[in-house]
Amino acid sequence: MTKMHMVSALNNALDIAMKADDKIVILGEDVGVDGGVFRVTENLQKNYGEQRVIDTPLAEAGIVGCSIGMSLNGLKPIPEIQFSGFSYQAFHHIKQHMARIRQRTNNTMSCPMVLRAPCSGGIRALEHHSESPESFFIHCQGIRVIMPAGPYDAKGLMLAAIKSEDPVIFLEPKKIYRSFKEDVPEEAYEIELDKANVRKQGTDLTMISWGAMTRLCEETIEDLEKENISVEHIDLRTLWPLDINTLSNSVNKTKKCIIVQEATKSCSLSSEISAQINERCVLNLEAPIQRVTSWDLPFPQFALENYFLPNKTRIKNAVKKVLEF
Amino acid sequence: MAQEQIGQFGINHVSILDKEGNVDEKLASGFTKEQLSEMYYYMNLLRKFDEKLFNLQRSGKIGTYAQTKGQEASEIGSGLALSENDWFVPSFRELGVYLTRKVPKNLLVQAWNGDTRALGNPNHSHNLPISIPIGSQCIHATGIAWASQIKQEKDVTIVYFGEGATSEGDFHEAMNFAGVFNLPIVFFCQRNGWSISTPTTKETKSETIAQKAIAYGFKGIQVDGNDVLAVNKVTTQAIEKARSGDGPTLIESITYRMGDHTTSDDSMKYRTQEEINEWENKDPVLRFEKYITNNNILNEQEKTDIHNAIEREIQEAVEQGLSVEKPNPEQMFEDVFAQMPEMLKEQKEELLNEIIQMSEQNNNGGNQ
Ligand SMILES: Cc1ncc(C[n+]2csc(CCOP(=O)(O)OP(=O)(O)O)c2C)c(N)n1
Repeated sequence: MTKMHMVSALNNALDIAMKADDKIVILGEDVGVDGGVFRVTENLQKNYGEQRVIDTPLAEAGIVGCSIGMSLNGLKPIPEIQFSGFSYQAFHHIKQHMARIRQRTNNTMSCPMVLRAPCSGGIRALEHHSESPESFFIHCQGIRVIMPAGPYDAKGLMLAAIKSEDPVIFLEPKKIYRSFKEDVPEEAYEIELDKANVRKQGTDLTMISWGAMTRLCEETIEDLEKENISVEHIDLRTLWPLDINTLSNSVNKTKKCIIVQEATKSCSLSSEISAQINERCVLNLEAPIQRVTSWDLPFPQFALENYFLPNKTRIKNAVKKVLEF
Repeated sequence: MAQEQIGQFGINHVSILDKEGNVDEKLASGFTKEQLSEMYYYMNLLRKFDEKLFNLQRSGKIGTYAQTKGQEASEIGSGLALSENDWFVPSFRELGVYLTRKVPKNLLVQAWNGDTRALGNPNHSHNLPISIPIGSQCIHATGIAWASQIKQEKDVTIVYFGEGATSEGDFHEAMNFAGVFNLPIVFFCQRNGWSISTPTTKETKSETIAQKAIAYGFKGIQVDGNDVLAVNKVTTQAIEKARSGDGPTLIESITYRMGDHTTSDDSMKYRTQEEINEWENKDPVLRFEKYITNNNILNEQEKTDIHNAIEREIQEAVEQGLSVEKPNPEQMFEDVFAQMPEMLKEQKEELLNEIIQMSEQNNNGGNQ
């Protein structure tokens, strides 16, 4: 075990995977010499050469489109989009090809790859650098979407994602890249995909979160426990396909549910989770499901981001609402 | 089978002022003292204002900042070639052009401090806000120019971008449309050597950026981007050509990003100090200073007056820009739709309640 930040855990996972499989190539803007603008790919070019860790021209459609081609021809690409806000520049490849090549070739072709992108806000970044775009990708039908909540999960999920037979979009919340460390095994390990993680058992309500919100939820739960509120906390790990059974089993037990997501509210993953829980648990629910999200606005300039993103007060208000219903 | 050459293409490089400040007399003639003095003011203003913004970031007073240092001639030379009604479509490193467009400096401070109010358009002038998605602004510029053509207006559009942007599809679509419809637009590429850690040679196999215009059927030209006179001349010609209906031009302005990519970058990871030193010898501000001094274009008193004015203006801008009241949190709800929908009004109320609650909790010494 070593104490690692999420950046180091991801770097370590990529290093292990590249050592084990010479079909893996990493490509993207500034991923080689610079080691990525957040240093997730630090030293990998030094270790594996310019053929396998490739600094590309500045073109997201090129990076993702070429990755699809590489994958069709037997490589396992791990493209990086420097910030998820620039994944829209590659969106037509993601939606029109990456997501459906298996279906439109009658399962004779597929394009396994792991598209990595730093995402989400909270670090006073410039415009377009702070968005949480997971719902766009979920809505592409045919893509697995993963967002880790910390260093341990990041490494295990990355190693599992690389083994996935289908394309994965791996979103890395920047705010938690270096904000805390966890014990991470040095050796390889995988975390099961498509399976949510019950981080804490509880009885009064179920709290569902992912990405950087999981940390915020944990801090809020500490406060709530002082008031003798017992929360069952579930982190999704894989956002899509959704592990609805773990969620609904929990809600059937606690009978109350809140969903905490950093993305904006409407037509989002939280909308979908709420709908599916209602479909399955409505007779057991003792209060309407509450969603804690950012507002339905374009991400503001950073001077106002703290008022935009979910905070403890917003979560506690939702908790109060379901408990006092 | 017969083979014959059916096309032959070349690219010209223009320079007027060498790095010692000596000029090509023939090309330099035609600049008035007033013009040269204006260039001198803006070049020095940009260098000093850029330094100031960098220092403000370093002391935590503003957010991430992208320095302009080294690109003064490229930005001032081209910016001063525009008429007031021409459209300015920037990327994100064109502080100098904003200055020549007379955007209030305090707003520029405020904008780099993450305040949306400063991105607005105070004079309703033809200046767009910075565009961070690389290359995407090129295609809007083409559309703006197209509208001018359709409306039979004489405004020309100039769009700025780095050489990295020429790797994006948007740039190529913009160039192609501009060529096909013979639009009144100038594509101005600031080739500053680096796109974050990626050198120009890894962005393109082309020897020049200018030659990319050939493929789209119009003229490309290369200019010494550290030579304010050459940049001004080449840009003026391209603007006039566009204004008279003779179509687009691509200008490749060869310059150098002397600072890091932004304040979040450390360029020592990917480039050498020797390379930076080499470009310091070609410093556009010093070069112009030599020219102005050696040719007695401005005397010592005139120069001192300009420098004093610059100091004063920057100080005022920073004081105003930083002391402005923080934006109201509800501000972010205001400008999403022309009229705020009910749904957003409700969310806004929720936020306002949350803020009251948070301040009460803080007053009671509790955590949020
Ligand atoms: C579409 C898009 N992709 C990636 C980025 C991240 N990024 C910001 S600046 C930059 C390099 C830009 O290089 P260049 O166009 O040469 O302009 P310069 O920074 O040299 O002025 C990159 C990759 C972005 N802002 N937009």
